[in-house]
Amino acid sequence: MTKKIATREAYGQELVRLGADNKDVVVLDADLSKSTKTHDFMKNHPDRFFNMGIAEGNMMAVAAGLAAVGKIPFASTFAVFATGRAFEQIRNSICYPRLNVKIAATHAGVTVGEDGGSHQSIEDIAIMRSLPGMTVFVPADAVETAAAIRAAAEIKGPVYIRLGRSGVPVLHGEDFNFIPGEAVTLREGTDVAIIATGIMVSAALEAAETLAAEGISAMVLDVHTIKPLDIFAIVEAARKCGAVVTAEEHSIIGGLGSAVAETLSEHQPVPLQRVGVRDTFGESGKPAELLQHFGLTAANIAEAARKAVSKKK
Amino acid sequence: MDEKITNLKERAKAIRRHIITMLGEAGSGHPGGSLSAADIVSALFFDTMKLDPEKPDWPGRDRFVLSKGHAAPVLYAALAEKGFLPIEELLTLRKLGSRLQGHPDMKKLPGVEMSTGSLGQGISAAVGMAMGLRLDGGDQRVYALLGDGEAQEGQVWEAAMAAGHFKLDNLTAFLDYNNLQIDGPVDVVMNVAPLNDKWRAFNWHVIEIDGHDMAQILKAIEEAHATKSKPTVIIAKTIKGKGVSFMEDQVGWHGNAPKPEQVEQALKELA
Repeated sequence: MTKKIATREAYGQELVRLGADNKDVVVLDADLSKSTKTHDFMKNHPDRFFNMGIAEGNMMAVAAGLAAVGKIPFASTFAVFATGRAFEQIRNSICYPRLNVKIAATHAGVTVGEDGGSHQSIEDIAIMRSLPGMTVFVPADAVETAAAIRAAAEIKGPVYIRLGRSGVPVLHGEDFNFIPGEAVTLREGTDVAIIATGIMVSAALEAAETLAAEGISAMVLDVHTIKPLDIFAIVEAARKCGAVVTAEEHSIIGGLGSAVAETLSEHQPVPLQRVGVRDTFGESGKPAELLQHFGLTAANIAEAARKAVSKKK
Repeated sequence: MDEKITNLKERAKAIRRHIITMLGEAGSGHPGGSLSAADIVSALFFDTMKLDPEKPDWPGRDRFVLSKGHAAPVLYAALAEKGFLPIEELLTLRKLGSRLQGHPDMKKLPGVEMSTGSLGQGISAAVGMAMGLRLDGGDQRVYALLGDGEAQEGQVWEAAMAAGHFKLDNLTAFLDYNNLQIDGPVDVVMNVAPLNDKWRAFNWHVIEIDGHDMAQILKAIEEAHATKSKPTVIIAKTIKGKGVSFMEDQVGWHGNAPKPEQVEQALKELA
């Protein structure tokens, strides 16, 4: 059994290190610091931590003001509140003036679990990638998360980082090289390309194993940056394999699946199957049960891959 | 003191003339709330704030956030008078390619500290600026100008709560209380009174003044500077459209530009 770490845990730990290295880094939270793990930063750098209370809209615009005077604010809350409640503050006070604010949103997707559909953000990627100038990171594991946090601090401008509540396998080694906007080929293949993001990357690797046993050679592409999207890598994968499957813990409307569909229809039309939440809200349950319930497992990806392959001319 | 007040009043009049001229040229925009804030803005830009038009990014400068962003003409006029942009550029207001957007855009025009226009957000940004500047131990001050209708936005009170909580005594907010918003009198559309008690309840120091009395404006700013461990709000009773007889206290002049003959008449009154 590989080691499992939630990406929010990795965020909290990296934030402490980043704060030690860069005194301009400040952190804001909206009364969820123990859940988002910014609590670790508060303990280590109390003068640069601001609990803004349960007022997410104000928190985002305050972060904009901090950025306007040279700080590098990381603002954290659950993804559903960050991108839903505070959408217009992110749009008008952060993205429109291209201010240097990092939004690290945790508890994205259905693996929030028992809290249910009100708290399970399945549309945040769609919302954030529609904003001009926004960088969108969806890390797949703890290593990618730490690297994305570092990269976010280096980028001059708004960044959205999507993080999860539940433990996920560590896929990358210490030597992993995270380049913003550059997708990572985790497995070579020739029959179908599985393009995955976030916690679905490990499921994609598992699906590729299953498919290999059936004689289907599946490539796995880890798209940790949804925006700017690695169009070149996606088109190349489609050209090489002739069939594509996308996998995300997000609605199939507006997220990775949509972004890939847009890209392929313009540049390299091939049969495409999207694995994701199918235009419905989440509900209470254990994370593993919910992944099963909403069709977000390795088995679902493998099935989608068989379908995509069967549609090849 | 008398001379200073005379000069600031003259400056406010010049700002008002610019507002009329640029709105007439633009053919759209918001004269009423720009004119009501002209005296406050004159005091801040020509007496109170440390600014250097030659170095708009000078870190030691004070910050001004126009939270009621639709009053952009009053800000542009003050910036032009101060030397941040050529006076003649005011005539590009709201035109394609202009640095003078319909609502202030900090990416386009130096001297604009925050992009505003979506009501309620500027005051939050000002809170963030005050927090950040204090963290660095600087003595810069942050000034925000809000509308009275804007106080209907819940975010204003989220920001007020945070500023009181963090005891931001380097933050001063002006509330331009002209009692008119697009749909009618503020107390008819959605009453915001009592504003003084509301701000006090959010742990602010509250000063109430006549927003067209220059001596009162300067005295209130002095009092705000002397107030420790609390942000200060200066609730300024004003007249929407102040300085132009046919615009004064008329709701119709919230968001309509004057026609050429009206520009002429207004400029005569402001001569």
